[in-house]
Amino acid sequence: MSRKRVVSCTINGSEQQFLCEPRQTLLSALRDTLDMTGTKEGCSNGNCGACTVVLDGRPVVSCLVLAVECDGSRVETIEGVAEPEKLAPVQNAFLENAALQCGICTPGFIMQTQALLKDNPNPTEEEIRFFLAGNLCRCTGYDKIVKAVQQTAETAGACKPGCCGGH
Amino acid sequence: MHDFEYECPRTLADAVAILAKGDSRPLAGGTDLIDHMRTGRFRPALVVDVKKIPELGLLESNDKGLRIGAAVSCFRLQSSATVRDQYSAIADAVSIIGSVQVQSRASMGGNLCTSGPAADSAPALLALSAQCVIAGPKGNRTVPLEQFFTGPGKNVLQAGEILVEITCPAPAPKSGSNYRRFIPRNEMDIAVVGVGVSVTLDASGQTITAARIGLGAVGPTPILATEAAKKLIGKPATDENYKAAGEAARAQTSPIDDMRGTVEFRRHVTGVLVERSLREAVARARGESKYHSHVRIPCC
Ligand code: FES
Ligand code: FES
Repeated sequence: MSRKRVVSCTINGSEQQFLCEPRQTLLSALRDTLDMTGTKEGCSNGNCGACTVVLDGRPVVSCLVLAVECDGSRVETIEGVAEPEKLAPVQNAFLENAALQCGICTPGFIMQTQALLKDNPNPTEEEIRFFLAGNLCRCTGYDKIVKAVQQTAETAGACKPGCCGGH
Repeated sequence: MHDFEYECPRTLADAVAILAKGDSRPLAGGTDLIDHMRTGRFRPALVVDVKKIPELGLLESNDKGLRIGAAVSCFRLQSSATVRDQYSAIADAVSIIGSVQVQSRASMGGNLCTSGPAADSAPALLALSAQCVIAGPKGNRTVPLEQFFTGPGKNVLQAGEILVEITCPAPAPKSGSNYRRFIPRNEMDIAVVGVGVSVTLDASGQTITAARIGLGAVGPTPILATEAAKKLIGKPATDENYKAAGEAARAQTSPIDDMRGTVEFRRHVTGVLVERSLREAVARARGESKYHSHVRIPCC
Protein backbone atom coordinates (compact mmCIF):
# COMPACT_ATOMS: atom_id res chain seq x y z
CA MET A 1 0.00 0.00 0.00
CA SER A 2 1.42 3.38 -0.96
CA ARG A 3 2.00 5.70 1.96
CA LYS A 4 -0.60 8.25 2.94
CA ARG A 5 0.01 11.89 2.16
CA VAL A 6 -0.67 14.98 4.20
CA VAL A 7 -2.75 17.52 2.31
CA SER A 8 -3.02 21.09 3.58
CA CYS A 9 -5.68 23.23 2.01
CA THR A 10 -8.28 25.84 2.79
CA ILE A 11 -11.80 24.46 2.81
CA ASN A 12 -14.61 27.00 3.00
CA GLY A 13 -12.19 29.55 4.41
CA SER A 14 -10.70 27.42 7.16
CA GLU A 15 -7.30 25.78 7.04
CA GLN A 16 -7.46 22.00 7.06
CA GLN A 17 -4.95 19.21 7.10
CA PHE A 18 -5.85 15.65 6.37
CA LEU A 19 -4.27 12.34 5.42
CA CYS A 20 -5.23 10.61 2.22
CA GLU A 21 -4.10 7.86 -0.09
CA PRO A 22 -2.86 9.02 -3.51
CA ARG A 23 -5.71 7.12 -5.13
CA GLN A 24 -8.39 9.00 -3.19
CA THR A 25 -10.36 11.54 -5.17
CA LEU A 26 -11.18 14.92 -3.70
CA LEU A 27 -14.78 13.70 -3.55
CA SER A 28 -13.78 10.71 -1.45
CA ALA A 29 -11.57 12.82 0.83
CA LEU A 30 -14.42 15.26 1.44
CA ARG A 31 -17.04 12.62 2.10
CA ASP A 32 -15.13 9.73 3.65
CA THR A 33 -12.19 11.41 5.37
CA LEU A 34 -13.60 14.81 6.34
CA ASP A 35 -17.21 13.74 6.81
CA MET A 36 -18.39 16.56 4.56
CA THR A 37 -21.18 14.63 2.89
CA GLY A 38 -22.93 17.65 1.36
CA THR A 39 -21.00 17.05 -1.87
CA LYS A 40 -22.76 14.18 -3.64
CA GLU A 41 -21.54 11.27 -5.71
CA GLY A 42 -23.61 10.49 -8.78
CA CYS A 43 -21.66 8.91 -11.62
CA SER A 44 -18.07 9.21 -10.31
CA ASN A 45 -16.87 9.64 -13.89
CA GLY A 46 -17.30 13.35 -14.53
CA ASN A 47 -20.61 13.26 -16.33
CA CYS A 48 -23.25 14.31 -13.80
CA GLY A 49 -21.85 17.30 -11.90
CA ALA A 50 -23.33 16.18 -8.55
CA CYS A 51 -19.85 16.37 -7.01
CA THR A 52 -19.12 19.92 -8.23
CA VAL A 53 -16.98 22.03 -5.89
CA VAL A 54 -15.03 25.22 -6.54
CA LEU A 55 -11.27 24.65 -6.58
CA ASP A 56 -9.03 27.72 -6.67
CA GLY A 57 -11.92 29.76 -8.02
CA ARG A 58 -13.02 27.36 -10.75
CA PRO A 59 -15.86 24.84 -10.68
CA VAL A 60 -14.58 21.27 -11.00
CA VAL A 61 -16.01 17.79 -10.68
CA SER A 62 -14.37 16.52 -7.49
CA CYS A 63 -14.59 12.89 -8.64
CA LEU A 64 -11.99 13.69 -11.32
CA VAL A 65 -9.53 15.43 -9.00
CA LEU A 66 -7.13 13.58 -6.73
CA ALA A 67 -7.13 14.84 -3.16
CA VAL A 68 -3.30 15.00 -3.23
CA GLU A 69 -3.52 17.48 -6.10
CA CYS A 70 -5.26 19.93 -3.76
CA ASP A 71 -2.30 20.54 -1.47
CA GLY A 72 -2.06 24.32 -1.10
CA SER A 73 -5.42 24.93 -2.77
CA ARG A 74 -8.65 26.67 -1.84
CA VAL A 75 -11.72 24.45 -1.92
CA GLU A 76 -15.30 25.66 -1.60
CA THR A 77 -18.10 23.20 -1.03
CA ILE A 78 -21.85 23.33 -0.46
CA GLU A 79 -21.21 23.41 3.30
CA GLY A 80 -19.78 26.90 2.90
CA VAL A 81 -22.70 28.40 1.00
CA ALA A 82 -25.26 29.19 3.72
CA GLU A 83 -24.63 31.84 6.32
CA PRO A 84 -24.73 30.60 9.94
CA GLU A 85 -28.40 31.46 10.53
CA LYS A 86 -29.85 31.70 7.07
CA LEU A 87 -29.70 30.25 3.61
CA ALA A 88 -27.86 32.01 0.80
CA PRO A 89 -30.02 33.70 -1.88
CA VAL A 90 -29.26 30.92 -4.35
CA GLN A 91 -30.53 28.30 -1.88
CA ASN A 92 -33.72 30.27 -1.22
CA ALA A 93 -34.29 30.64 -4.94
CA PHE A 94 -33.99 26.86 -5.42
CA LEU A 95 -36.50 26.29 -2.61
CA GLU A 96 -38.96 28.93 -3.80
CA ASN A 97 -38.90 27.67 -7.37
CA ALA A 98 -39.17 23.99 -6.40
CA ALA A 99 -35.92 23.48 -8.30
CA LEU A 100 -35.25 20.22 -6.49
CA GLN A 101 -37.05 17.00 -5.76
CA CYS A 102 -34.79 14.19 -4.54
CA GLY A 103 -31.98 16.71 -4.07
CA ILE A 104 -28.99 14.59 -5.04
CA CYS A 105 -28.05 16.96 -7.86
CA THR A 106 -28.72 20.14 -5.89
CA PRO A 107 -25.38 20.79 -4.15
CA GLY A 108 -23.68 20.50 -7.53
CA PHE A 109 -26.16 22.84 -9.18
CA ILE A 110 -25.78 25.37 -6.37
CA MET A 111 -21.98 25.37 -6.62
CA GLN A 112 -22.12 25.63 -10.41
CA THR A 113 -24.65 28.47 -10.18
CA GLN A 114 -22.42 30.37 -7.77
CA ALA A 115 -19.50 29.93 -10.18
CA LEU A 116 -21.64 31.18 -13.07
CA LEU A 117 -22.96 34.28 -11.30
CA LYS A 118 -19.55 35.26 -9.97
CA ASP A 119 -18.27 35.90 -13.50
CA ASN A 120 -21.57 36.64 -15.21
CA PRO A 121 -24.08 38.30 -12.89
CA ASN A 122 -26.74 38.70 -15.61
CA PRO A 123 -26.67 35.52 -17.67
CA THR A 124 -29.06 34.92 -20.54
CA GLU A 125 -31.12 31.74 -20.46
CA GLU A 126 -28.82 30.26 -23.11
CA GLU A 127 -25.75 31.08 -21.01
CA ILE A 128 -27.34 29.49 -17.94
CA ARG A 129 -28.22 26.31 -19.80
CA PHE A 130 -24.77 26.11 -21.36
CA PHE A 131 -22.95 26.66 -18.07
CA LEU A 132 -25.11 24.09 -16.27
CA ALA A 133 -24.93 21.51 -19.07
CA GLY A 134 -22.52 19.40 -17.01
CA ASN A 135 -25.03 19.07 -14.18
CA LEU A 136 -27.66 16.40 -14.65
CA CYS A 137 -31.00 16.16 -12.87
CA ARG A 138 -33.31 13.18 -13.20
CA CYS A 139 -36.23 14.80 -11.37
CA THR A 140 -36.97 18.42 -12.21
CA GLY A 141 -36.79 18.71 -15.97
CA TYR A 142 -34.39 21.68 -15.59
CA ASP A 143 -36.84 24.55 -16.26
CA LYS A 144 -37.32 25.19 -12.56
CA ILE A 145 -33.58 25.13 -12.01
CA VAL A 146 -33.09 27.70 -14.77
CA LYS A 147 -35.82 29.87 -13.16
CA ALA A 148 -34.12 29.60 -9.78
CA VAL A 149 -30.84 30.74 -11.29
CA GLN A 150 -32.58 33.65 -13.02
CA GLN A 151 -34.24 34.65 -9.75
CA THR A 152 -30.91 34.50 -7.91
CA ALA A 153 -29.40 36.81 -10.52
CA GLU A 154 -32.34 39.21 -10.32
CA THR A 155 -32.30 39.42 -6.53
CA ALA A 156 -28.57 40.05 -6.56
CA GLY A 157 -29.19 43.03 -8.84
CA ALA A 158 -27.63 44.02 -12.11
CA CYS A 159 -23.91 44.41 -12.65
CA LYS A 160 -22.48 47.79 -11.93
CA PRO A 161 -22.68 50.12 -14.93
CA GLY A 162 -19.82 49.68 -17.33
CA CYS A 163 -18.34 46.68 -15.57
CA CYS A 164 -18.98 44.24 -18.38
CA GLY A 165 -17.68 46.34 -21.25
CA GLY A 166 -21.12 46.36 -22.84
CA HIS A 167 -21.93 42.64 -22.83
CA MET B 1 -9.26 2.67 -7.81
CA HIS B 2 -6.07 0.60 -7.68
CA ASP B 3 -3.28 1.62 -5.37
CA PHE B 4 -0.61 3.88 -6.88
CA GLU B 5 2.17 6.25 -5.86
CA TYR B 6 2.03 9.97 -6.64
CA GLU B 7 4.82 12.38 -7.46
CA CYS B 8 4.69 16.04 -8.34
CA PRO B 9 8.03 17.10 -9.88
CA ARG B 10 8.84 20.80 -10.20
CA THR B 11 11.21 20.55 -13.16
CA LEU B 12 11.00 18.96 -16.58
CA ALA B 13 14.29 17.12 -16.00
CA ASP B 14 12.89 15.55 -12.82
CA ALA B 15 9.68 14.57 -14.61
CA VAL B 16 11.58 12.88 -17.45
CA ALA B 17 13.78 11.03 -14.96
CA ILE B 18 10.78 9.83 -12.97
CA LEU B 19 8.77 8.82 -16.05
CA ALA B 20 11.77 6.94 -17.45
CA LYS B 21 11.52 4.50 -14.55
CA GLY B 22 8.46 3.05 -16.26
CA ASP B 23 4.97 1.91 -15.28
CA SER B 24 3.85 5.50 -14.81
CA ARG B 25 1.42 7.95 -16.37
CA PRO B 26 1.60 11.74 -16.49
CA LEU B 27 -1.36 13.50 -14.88
CA ALA B 28 -2.41 16.92 -16.17
CA GLY B 29 -6.12 17.72 -15.84
CA GLY B 30 -6.90 14.12 -14.95
CA THR B 31 -10.30 14.14 -16.60
CA ASP B 32 -9.36 11.16 -18.80
CA LEU B 33 -6.69 9.51 -16.65
CA ILE B 34 -8.60 9.38 -13.37
CA ASP B 35 -11.63 7.90 -15.10
CA HIS B 36 -9.48 5.33 -16.90
CA MET B 37 -7.86 4.33 -13.62
CA ARG B 38 -11.23 4.07 -11.92
CA THR B 39 -12.50 1.67 -14.57
CA GLY B 40 -9.22 -0.28 -14.46
CA ARG B 41 -8.24 0.41 -18.07
CA PHE B 42 -4.97 1.98 -16.88
CA ARG B 43 -3.22 0.71 -13.77
CA PRO B 44 0.07 2.64 -13.50
CA ALA B 45 2.16 2.06 -10.38
CA LEU B 46 3.02 5.76 -10.35
CA VAL B 47 1.07 8.88 -11.30
CA VAL B 48 3.25 11.88 -12.13
CA ASP B 49 1.47 15.21 -11.71
CA VAL B 50 3.00 17.51 -14.33
CA LYS B 51 1.04 20.67 -13.50
CA LYS B 52 3.80 22.22 -11.38
CA ILE B 53 6.38 22.09 -14.20
CA PRO B 54 6.78 25.65 -15.52
CA GLU B 55 7.22 24.66 -19.19
CA LEU B 56 3.93 22.76 -19.19
CA GLY B 57 2.03 25.71 -17.76
CA LEU B 58 3.28 28.24 -20.26
CA LEU B 59 0.88 30.11 -22.56
CA GLU B 60 2.63 32.67 -24.70
CA SER B 61 2.32 34.33 -28.08
CA ASN B 62 4.47 36.62 -30.16
CA ASP B 63 4.82 37.47 -33.85
CA LYS B 64 6.23 34.00 -34.52
CA GLY B 65 3.27 32.17 -33.11
CA LEU B 66 1.59 30.58 -30.14
CA ARG B 67 3.11 28.30 -27.51
CA ILE B 68 0.75 26.26 -25.36
CA GLY B 69 2.14 24.30 -22.42
CA ALA B 70 0.78 20.77 -22.50
CA ALA B 71 -0.92 21.13 -19.10
CA VAL B 72 -2.64 24.48 -19.78
CA SER B 73 -6.35 24.07 -19.09
CA CYS B 74 -9.08 24.54 -21.66
CA PHE B 75 -10.40 27.36 -19.48
CA ARG B 76 -7.11 29.27 -19.64
CA LEU B 77 -7.06 28.91 -23.41
CA GLN B 78 -10.60 30.23 -23.73
CA SER B 79 -9.68 33.16 -21.52
CA SER B 80 -6.89 34.26 -23.85
CA ALA B 81 -7.92 37.05 -26.22
CA THR B 82 -5.08 36.06 -28.57
CA VAL B 83 -6.38 32.50 -28.81
CA ARG B 84 -9.95 33.69 -29.36
CA ASP B 85 -9.02 36.24 -32.04
CA GLN B 86 -6.09 34.73 -33.90
CA TYR B 87 -6.34 30.99 -33.28
CA SER B 88 -10.09 30.83 -32.98
CA ALA B 89 -10.42 27.17 -34.01
CA ILE B 90 -8.63 26.34 -30.74
CA ALA B 91 -11.10 28.47 -28.77
CA ASP B 92 -13.99 26.75 -30.60
CA ALA B 93 -12.64 23.33 -29.64
CA VAL B 94 -11.67 23.90 -26.02
CA SER B 95 -14.99 25.52 -25.19
CA ILE B 96 -16.91 22.36 -26.14
CA ILE B 97 -14.68 19.69 -24.62
CA GLY B 98 -16.78 18.18 -21.81
CA SER B 99 -18.55 20.46 -19.37
CA VAL B 100 -17.51 23.81 -17.93
CA GLN B 101 -16.25 21.85 -14.91
CA VAL B 102 -14.16 19.57 -17.12
CA GLN B 103 -12.78 22.57 -19.02
CA SER B 104 -11.50 23.99 -15.71
CA ARG B 105 -9.11 21.04 -15.48
CA ALA B 106 -8.72 19.30 -18.84
CA SER B 107 -5.69 20.29 -20.93
CA MET B 108 -5.24 20.27 -24.67
CA GLY B 109 -2.00 18.34 -24.21
CA GLY B 110 -3.94 15.65 -22.39
CA ASN B 111 -6.58 15.64 -25.09
CA LEU B 112 -3.85 14.96 -27.67
CA CYS B 113 -2.00 12.36 -25.57
CA THR B 114 -5.20 10.38 -24.90
CA SER B 115 -5.23 10.25 -28.72
CA GLY B 116 -8.90 9.45 -29.15
CA PRO B 117 -9.88 9.66 -32.83
CA ALA B 118 -12.67 12.07 -31.81
CA ALA B 119 -10.50 14.44 -29.70
CA ASP B 120 -11.94 17.90 -30.36
CA SER B 121 -8.66 19.76 -30.21
CA ALA B 122 -6.95 17.59 -32.86
CA PRO B 123 -8.73 18.79 -36.05
CA ALA B 124 -8.44 22.42 -34.91
CA LEU B 125 -4.72 22.05 -34.25
CA LEU B 126 -4.13 20.12 -37.48
CA ALA B 127 -5.73 23.02 -39.35
CA LEU B 128 -3.45 25.47 -37.51
CA SER B 129 -0.25 23.53 -38.42
CA ALA B 130 0.51 22.57 -34.83
CA GLN B 131 3.80 20.98 -33.80
CA CYS B 132 4.34 18.85 -30.71
CA VAL B 133 7.45 19.52 -28.63
CA ILE B 134 8.40 16.33 -26.83
CA ALA B 135 11.02 15.86 -24.09
CA GLY B 136 12.53 12.51 -23.21
CA PRO B 137 15.57 10.72 -21.86
CA LYS B 138 17.36 11.23 -25.22
CA GLY B 139 16.54 14.95 -25.46
CA ASN B 140 13.89 17.03 -27.18
CA ARG B 141 12.22 16.43 -30.51
CA THR B 142 9.48 18.15 -32.45
CA VAL B 143 6.81 16.24 -34.34
CA PRO B 144 4.19 17.78 -36.63
CA LEU B 145 0.78 16.93 -35.21
CA GLU B 146 -0.20 15.01 -38.36
CA GLN B 147 2.59 12.54 -37.49
CA PHE B 148 1.78 12.36 -33.75
CA PHE B 149 -1.14 9.93 -33.79
CA THR B 150 -0.53 6.30 -34.71
CA GLY B 151 -3.88 4.65 -33.91
CA PRO B 152 -6.87 4.85 -31.59
CA GLY B 153 -5.41 5.75 -28.18
CA LYS B 154 -1.87 5.55 -29.60
CA ASN B 155 0.80 8.11 -30.45
CA VAL B 156 4.52 8.45 -31.07
CA LEU B 157 5.47 9.06 -27.43
CA GLN B 158 8.07 6.52 -26.32
CA ALA B 159 8.61 5.28 -22.77
CA GLY B 160 9.80 8.17 -20.62
CA GLU B 161 8.78 10.82 -23.14
CA ILE B 162 6.42 13.65 -22.29
CA LEU B 163 4.58 16.21 -24.42
CA VAL B 164 5.88 19.59 -23.26
CA GLU B 165 4.17 22.09 -25.49
CA ILE B 166 2.18 22.59 -28.65
CA THR B 167 3.20 25.37 -30.99
CA CYS B 168 1.30 27.01 -33.85
CA PRO B 169 2.86 29.42 -36.34
CA ALA B 170 1.36 32.91 -36.36
CA PRO B 171 -1.42 33.12 -38.95
CA ALA B 172 -0.72 35.31 -41.99
CA PRO B 173 -2.84 38.47 -42.37
CA LYS B 174 -6.40 37.74 -43.58
CA SER B 175 -6.49 34.30 -42.03
CA GLY B 176 -9.37 32.67 -40.21
CA SER B 177 -10.07 29.31 -38.64
CA ASN B 178 -12.97 27.34 -37.23
CA TYR B 179 -13.69 24.03 -35.52
CA ARG B 180 -17.14 22.48 -35.41
CA ARG B 181 -18.53 19.05 -34.76
CA PHE B 182 -21.72 17.10 -35.11
CA ILE B 183 -23.21 15.64 -31.93
CA PRO B 184 -26.79 14.46 -31.41
CA ARG B 185 -27.12 16.51 -28.21
CA ASN B 186 -26.53 20.22 -27.71
CA GLU B 187 -23.63 19.90 -25.27
CA MET B 188 -21.54 17.36 -23.40
CA ASP B 189 -21.01 14.77 -26.08
CA ILE B 190 -18.32 13.13 -28.17
CA ALA B 191 -17.93 14.22 -31.79
CA VAL B 192 -19.59 11.94 -34.34
CA VAL B 193 -17.61 14.00 -36.85
CA GLY B 194 -15.33 16.97 -36.07
CA VAL B 195 -13.85 19.37 -38.62
CA GLY B 196 -11.21 22.06 -38.19
CA VAL B 197 -10.22 24.37 -41.03
CA SER B 198 -7.96 27.35 -41.50
CA VAL B 199 -7.77 29.59 -44.55
CA THR B 200 -5.72 32.55 -45.69
CA LEU B 201 -7.15 34.97 -48.26
CA ASP B 202 -5.39 37.32 -50.67
CA ALA B 203 -5.45 41.08 -50.12
CA SER B 204 -8.81 41.40 -51.88
CA GLY B 205 -10.34 38.83 -49.50
CA GLN B 206 -11.73 36.88 -52.45
CA THR B 207 -9.16 34.21 -53.26
CA ILE B 208 -7.90 31.48 -50.96
CA THR B 209 -4.11 31.38 -50.89
CA ALA B 210 -3.63 28.74 -48.19
CA ALA B 211 -5.90 26.21 -46.52
CA ARG B 212 -5.67 23.26 -44.14
CA ILE B 213 -8.40 20.87 -43.08
CA GLY B 214 -8.34 18.50 -40.09
CA LEU B 215 -10.91 15.75 -39.61
CA GLY B 216 -11.86 13.93 -36.41
CA ALA B 217 -13.84 10.76 -35.60
CA VAL B 218 -13.79 9.56 -39.21
CA GLY B 219 -10.74 7.29 -39.07
CA PRO B 220 -8.49 5.49 -36.59
CA THR B 221 -6.64 8.77 -35.99
CA PRO B 222 -7.43 12.43 -36.65
CA ILE B 223 -6.72 13.11 -40.33
CA LEU B 224 -5.04 15.99 -42.16
CA ALA B 225 -7.13 16.19 -45.34
CA THR B 226 -4.45 17.42 -47.74
CA GLU B 227 -6.30 16.52 -50.94
CA ALA B 228 -9.38 18.41 -49.76
CA ALA B 229 -7.32 21.50 -48.97
CA LYS B 230 -5.77 21.39 -52.46
CA LYS B 231 -9.22 21.97 -53.94
CA LEU B 232 -9.19 25.43 -52.37
CA ILE B 233 -5.71 26.82 -52.87
CA GLY B 234 -5.62 29.50 -55.55
CA LYS B 235 -9.41 29.33 -55.92
CA PRO B 236 -12.08 31.91 -55.20
CA ALA B 237 -13.79 31.59 -51.81
CA THR B 238 -17.12 30.37 -53.15
CA ASP B 239 -19.73 27.85 -52.03
CA GLU B 240 -18.95 25.79 -55.11
CA ASN B 241 -15.31 25.40 -54.09
CA TYR B 242 -16.23 24.66 -50.46
CA LYS B 243 -18.43 21.90 -51.81
CA ALA B 244 -15.60 20.46 -53.87
CA ALA B 245 -13.38 20.50 -50.78
CA GLY B 246 -16.12 18.79 -48.76
CA GLU B 247 -16.46 16.11 -51.41
CA ALA B 248 -12.68 15.53 -51.46
CA ALA B 249 -12.64 15.37 -47.65
CA ARG B 250 -15.26 12.60 -47.72
CA ALA B 251 -12.92 10.55 -49.90
CA GLN B 252 -10.14 10.88 -47.30
CA THR B 253 -12.19 9.39 -44.46
CA SER B 254 -12.33 5.77 -43.30
CA PRO B 255 -15.01 5.89 -40.62
CA ILE B 256 -16.51 3.02 -38.65
CA ASP B 257 -20.12 2.10 -37.97
CA ASP B 258 -21.00 2.43 -34.32
CA MET B 259 -23.89 3.46 -32.12
CA ARG B 260 -23.11 7.12 -32.70
CA GLY B 261 -23.16 7.02 -36.49
CA THR B 262 -22.90 4.85 -39.59
CA VAL B 263 -20.11 4.99 -42.13
CA GLU B 264 -22.43 6.57 -44.67
CA PHE B 265 -23.72 9.18 -42.24
CA ARG B 266 -20.23 10.11 -41.03
CA ARG B 267 -18.98 10.50 -44.62
CA HIS B 268 -21.92 12.68 -45.51
CA VAL B 269 -21.60 14.86 -42.41
CA THR B 270 -17.84 15.31 -43.02
CA GLY B 271 -18.56 17.10 -46.29
CA VAL B 272 -21.32 19.21 -44.78
CA LEU B 273 -19.15 20.34 -41.87
CA VAL B 274 -16.19 21.10 -44.13
CA GLU B 275 -18.42 23.42 -46.16
CA ARG B 276 -19.83 25.14 -43.07
CA SER B 277 -16.44 25.48 -41.40
CA LEU B 278 -14.93 26.99 -44.53
CA ARG B 279 -17.74 29.53 -44.74
CA GLU B 280 -17.13 30.53 -41.12
CA ALA B 281 -13.33 30.59 -41.41
CA VAL B 282 -13.54 32.79 -44.51
CA ALA B 283 -15.95 35.14 -42.71
CA ARG B 284 -13.50 35.32 -39.81
CA ALA B 285 -10.58 35.96 -42.20
CA ARG B 286 -12.54 38.87 -43.64
CA GLY B 287 -13.33 40.22 -40.19
CA GLU B 288 -17.06 39.61 -40.69
CA SER B 289 -17.36 37.04 -37.92
CA LYS B 290 -15.48 35.90 -34.85
CA TYR B 291 -15.38 33.24 -32.16
CA HIS B 292 -18.56 33.27 -30.11
CA SER B 293 -18.47 32.11 -26.52
CA HIS B 294 -21.43 30.78 -24.58
CA VAL B 295 -19.60 31.54 -21.38
CA ARG B 296 -18.70 35.07 -20.47
CA ILE B 297 -15.11 35.68 -19.72
CA PRO B 298 -14.63 37.07 -16.20
CA CYS B 299 -14.94 40.84 -16.32
CA CYS B 300 -16.03 42.39 -13.07
S1 FES C 1 -20.04 12.20 -9.39
FE1 FES C 1 -18.60 13.54 -10.20
S2 FES C 1 -19.51 14.14 -12.05
FE2 FES C 1 -20.86 12.63 -11.35
S1 FES D 1 -33.69 16.72 -7.88
FE1 FES D 1 -33.41 14.62 -8.18
S2 FES D 1 -31.76 14.54 -9.56
FE2 FES D 1 -32.19 16.61 -9.47
